[in-house]
Amino acid sequence: MDWGALQTILGGVNKHSTSIGKIWLTVLFIFRIMILVVAAERVWGDEQQDFVCNTLQPGCKNVCYDHFFPISHIRLWALQLIFVSTPALLVAMHVAYRRHEKKRQFRKGDQKCEYKDIEEIRAQRFHIEGSLWWTYTGSIFFRLVFEAVFMYAFYFMYDGFRMPRLMKCSAWPCPNTVDCFVSRPTEKTVFTIFMIAVSSICIMLNVAELCYLLVKFFLKRSRKVGNPKHHPNHETKEETKQNEMNELISDSCQNTVTGFSS
Amino acid sequence: MSWGFLRDLLSGVNKYSTGIGRIWIAIVFIFRLLVYVVAAENVWKYEHDEFECNTKQPGCENVCFDHFFPVSQIRLWALQLIIVSTPSLLVVFHVAYRENREKRHNQKLYRSAGQIDGGLLCTYLISLILKTGFEIVFLVLFYKLYNGFKVPRLVKCDMSPCPNAVDCYISKPTEKMIFLYFLVATSGVCIVLNVSELSYLIFKYSVKCYTKTFSKKQQ
Repeated sequence: MDWGALQTILGGVNKHSTSIGKIWLTVLFIFRIMILVVAAERVWGDEQQDFVCNTLQPGCKNVCYDHFFPISHIRLWALQLIFVSTPALLVAMHVAYRRHEKKRQFRKGDQKCEYKDIEEIRAQRFHIEGSLWWTYTGSIFFRLVFEAVFMYAFYFMYDGFRMPRLMKCSAWPCPNTVDCFVSRPTEKTVFTIFMIAVSSICIMLNVAELCYLLVKFFLKRSRKVGNPKHHPNHETKEETKQNEMNELISDSCQNTVTGFSS
Repeated sequence: MSWGFLRDLLSGVNKYSTGIGRIWIAIVFIFRLLVYVVAAENVWKYEHDEFECNTKQPGCENVCFDHFFPVSQIRLWALQLIIVSTPSLLVVFHVAYRENREKRHNQKLYRSAGQIDGGLLCTYLISLILKTGFEIVFLVLFYKLYNGFKVPRLVKCDMSPCPNAVDCYISKPTEKMIFLYFLVATSGVCIVLNVSELSYLIFKYSVKCYTKTFSKKQQ
């Protein structure tokens, strides 16, 4: 049970996302989860052992470490990734509920049901319209909120995104102001800035996706008002190709991450 | 043998759960199990090595650590996860028993082996009651064992062989406290979900029973 399980859950949502949503998912897997697991965790691995204070007073190091790092960067990122990925579950649950309803209709022998067998229902890709549109847009909104909240919490807790080499600590039982040295400050700063940059890219992708959905919704509405005929909704050849490519990427990512994660 | 087993078990239960039950499973997976494995475990990883007492007396640190942490919070968390997930096994066993019975008698005895009615409903309700009970027991245990969910920076210890009252410092107390509050919050949410699922099922089936008897009386 590790990040691979989250990936399996999110991989299922991939089919029903927009193109921007698929790009967001890829960025999340490769540039955030994978970087966290294979690199960032090693950099922060020895953080308290190698946090050194210029004093022999027992307990001073513990207290100073706790004072400067109420919650470790790496744990904050892990929580951020979990919270940011969760709204996609709402979409997965909605799709599962729709599939369940269609299966029930099929089993009842409903004539309105246009599927030939249960496998077709299972493999069907739902278009983002109707109530699914609201669920999907809501999930993007919550993603944005969580990203923003965590970035702000990060900035607030650590007074910016730089990791200083030296911190001065005067918490009890340190005898007076004591110099404490952080391990690998430059490497940690580099990774912090990297993770913040990728978070910002994800925020921009989410904003773009939200705008795209809203524009599409209003265009459709105005088209409906102008032209009462319905156009049949089906996947174009390009969409199918794109879907297959994205599934290939997410499958290969899944294999790489499950291989790397311990 | 690891957490993957629990994950597979819960995925199996997913099939026979109600909608609220599925939300409960999702919360246990993501906000409890996943957070435990990727974040919380590492916070408590070196808790004994980083526990420091202001003394050179050999054995004092060991004795004090053992006095303040009879069972480590992280182990209690893991036990809670396992024990709270186990009542769902009752439902899985009952469904397997039903399917077995149908096979033995070679005829359809139930509308659907996995549908929650009759005996399976009782089993499901019992599993919900047990889950809620275990959650509450563990929360109370946590509270009593550690005098609340706060983790202090400093604890004073005067167990033998420590020479007198000695200052001992716990490592990462704030981070541990944050994760403990997170554990309490998710446990609370799970208790609320279990109680609402219980009420929903009792209400639904009492209404069903009532309408059945009412329609029989009319006939």
